[in-house]
Amino acid sequence: MRNVTHLKLHEKAVIKGFTDEVLSVKLMEMGCLPGTEISLELTAPWGGPIAIGVAGYQLSLRRTEASSILIEG
Amino acid sequence: MAAKKDLKIALVGNPNSGKTTLFNLLTGLKQKTGNFPGVTVDKKSGMLKLPDGRIAELTDLPGTYSIYPKTLDEQIVQEVLLDQDHPQHPDVIIVVADASNLKRNLLLFTQIRDLNIPCVLVLNMMDLAERRKLKFDLRSLAIDLGVKIVPTNSRSGVGIETLKNVLVQELKTPKKPFYPVKDLAEQTIEEIKSVFNLNEDYRAYQYAQQNVRLSFLTEAQREEIEEIKRNNGFYDVPTQSQEVLGRYALISEIVDRNIKTEQANELSLTQRIDKIVTHKVFGYAIFAAILLLIFQAIFAWAEWPMALIETSMADLSTWVKEALPAGVINDLITDGIIAGLAGVVVFIPQIALLFGFISLLEESGYMSRAVFLMDRIMRSFGLNGKSVVPLVSGMACAIPAIMATRNIESWKDRLITIFVTPFMSCSARLPVYTLLIALVVPQKDVLGFINLQGLVLTSLYLLGLLAAILSAWVMKFILKSRERSYFIMELPGYKLPKWKNVGLTIYEKSTTFVFEAGKVIVAISIILWVLASYGPGERFNNAEEFVLRELPESATEEEFENALSAYKLEHSYAGRFGKLIEPAIKPLGYDWKIGIALITSFAAREVFVGTISTIYSIGADEEDELTIKEKLAKEINPRTGEKMYTPALGFSLMVFYAFAMQCMSTLAVVYRETKGWKWPFIQTIYMSAVAYLAALATYNIFS
Repeated sequence: MRNVTHLKLHEKAVIKGFTDEVLSVKLMEMGCLPGTEISLELTAPWGGPIAIGVAGYQLSLRRTEASSILIEG
Repeated sequence: MAAKKDLKIALVGNPNSGKTTLFNLLTGLKQKTGNFPGVTVDKKSGMLKLPDGRIAELTDLPGTYSIYPKTLDEQIVQEVLLDQDHPQHPDVIIVVADASNLKRNLLLFTQIRDLNIPCVLVLNMMDLAERRKLKFDLRSLAIDLGVKIVPTNSRSGVGIETLKNVLVQELKTPKKPFYPVKDLAEQTIEEIKSVFNLNEDYRAYQYAQQNVRLSFLTEAQREEIEEIKRNNGFYDVPTQSQEVLGRYALISEIVDRNIKTEQANELSLTQRIDKIVTHKVFGYAIFAAILLLIFQAIFAWAEWPMALIETSMADLSTWVKEALPAGVINDLITDGIIAGLAGVVVFIPQIALLFGFISLLEESGYMSRAVFLMDRIMRSFGLNGKSVVPLVSGMACAIPAIMATRNIESWKDRLITIFVTPFMSCSARLPVYTLLIALVVPQKDVLGFINLQGLVLTSLYLLGLLAAILSAWVMKFILKSRERSYFIMELPGYKLPKWKNVGLTIYEKSTTFVFEAGKVIVAISIILWVLASYGPGERFNNAEEFVLRELPESATEEEFENALSAYKLEHSYAGRFGKLIEPAIKPLGYDWKIGIALITSFAAREVFVGTISTIYSIGADEEDELTIKEKLAKEINPRTGEKMYTPALGFSLMVFYAFAMQCMSTLAVVYRETKGWKWPFIQTIYMSAVAYLAALATYNIFS
């Protein structure tokens, strides 16, 4: 299944679920809820963090964290 | 606190919601920074006069996204709100929410509302919301959320008076909770409510969720809660997950009903700036340029105010010396206390400048981009993107820098950052470097355009950075931690900094430095003064006679005085210590005189220059760099008959000062931040060992 790290820059997708429970709660608090539309906004060089647009703001997270967010579309 | 307070109000809200700007607007300059009882988190509070004449104490709680804390700073929010006996437990809460990003901001609001503390919801940044073409039905929103709403714009001050008027009115707490948390764990909640005599379901539920974290509960109480949870099959994370989903479902419905948005999402200014600022080439170039600018400011711009402070403190000392009758008290005040104070206040310009820059970068939103860019590099050395701020701050002073590590979520990352930050060359090392470089490095250019002295100075700064990074890398393997490191961080939109906020941050950081470093440095200065002014035995007590015997007949009064103070220092307790450690420092090329300076430098590095000038009996009135330099240049090593201050000795000393842990105030802060003597102790041993070995190697390479 695709996750957020598979997105291309500025590509949009809808959050489907999470692979990590503890992390998912933190992400949901920040507005990353299942069914929410997100888009990939920025990527730091050399495998650094990425930033996604979610709920009207930008959220940065590491790639390992981003890979726990499953997407569809 | 002098003024009587009739009401305790707490400001709560998401980071970047304009909460601190609102706090500054409400309290003006009538604020103070203190500590929350028992913990190390800074408490910012201020007085607010309400329209009905009552005085309220307003506390700015750290920004947080939810009542579940992720960092040490956030934990205080939860403690203050959940513990009804906490001295800061508010009578009224102002929840500040970013109107342009309401759904996420309302999560925290609904959690606080369910604790049943009277509250007001401030919708801040209304201008931004309007620019995003959001249309609010505030009356209906207020009814749906069950709270009074005040729209504000904390940048222009619109809505502040309305807010004050609302605070005067009686705020009713809603009868029904916003989110029926009881459905999640009815039995657990009921039992905790009856055991702890609580009224609110959500408070009881939070006791269950957070029992191990809440410091106001006793060990037995935590155990009791654990027992209740076990009996009822309460699992923290899945329940929390359900709660967050449930709250968001309700919030979404309300927000969608009351806020209309016209789809107008063109490429915003923030996105356009980000394209450049986080670019893989320009991004790093911009960050490097900003660092260079800060560097330049600390060196060049801070120079004249520092000189001004130095002269005024010297004048003050001379004035007191003449105004008071001569004697021990006089010496204690001038040579002990004023000298100690001078050593503290002289660094204010550098610290103020550095924190002015850092505050500007944070206010504008740039700092989180720097953190974003640097995380990958920092992580490979066991640090965190968020370590950037402490490390940069460490170039001015390690004390506020170490305090700035509090927003690093992971304990391991934070500990490593605290551990390595003192390696960054702080402003107190600068006077030592300057003196020694002037002494042993010739003033000439290499390759035609690079100033050799400047090159050596830059290398010393890089050496500190290198030591910090390598030590962090080593610690990454030594420290074991089961805790995970997270990097979930909001990138706020860019905005123009508010000068008032920058000014207040500068003021706050400078006062923190003056008090934290000040009390230790002044205390140590007094101790050192005693050690250097008193000594055992006949040689110290009858110093005049001995000096008279040694000096030629033709010596002037001044020469006698200088020789006398040098002689006294040699035979004082400090001098004895210097001689005692001489064998240990001999391999580094040092003698007992430098030994005294090393001992006194333990209070604060810059004391080196003052001690050296006393030892070489340079009169107080000619204590400027040039005379010290000339005097040291002429100093002969009795063992070799050559110059004492050879390049080898100079470099060895510089390297020693670059690495050694010579700052009591830093140790005190590390003690406070790590809650124990273990880490300050390890840090001292480690840094001293690195300093010793590096100085030893340097001395042998150059001689």
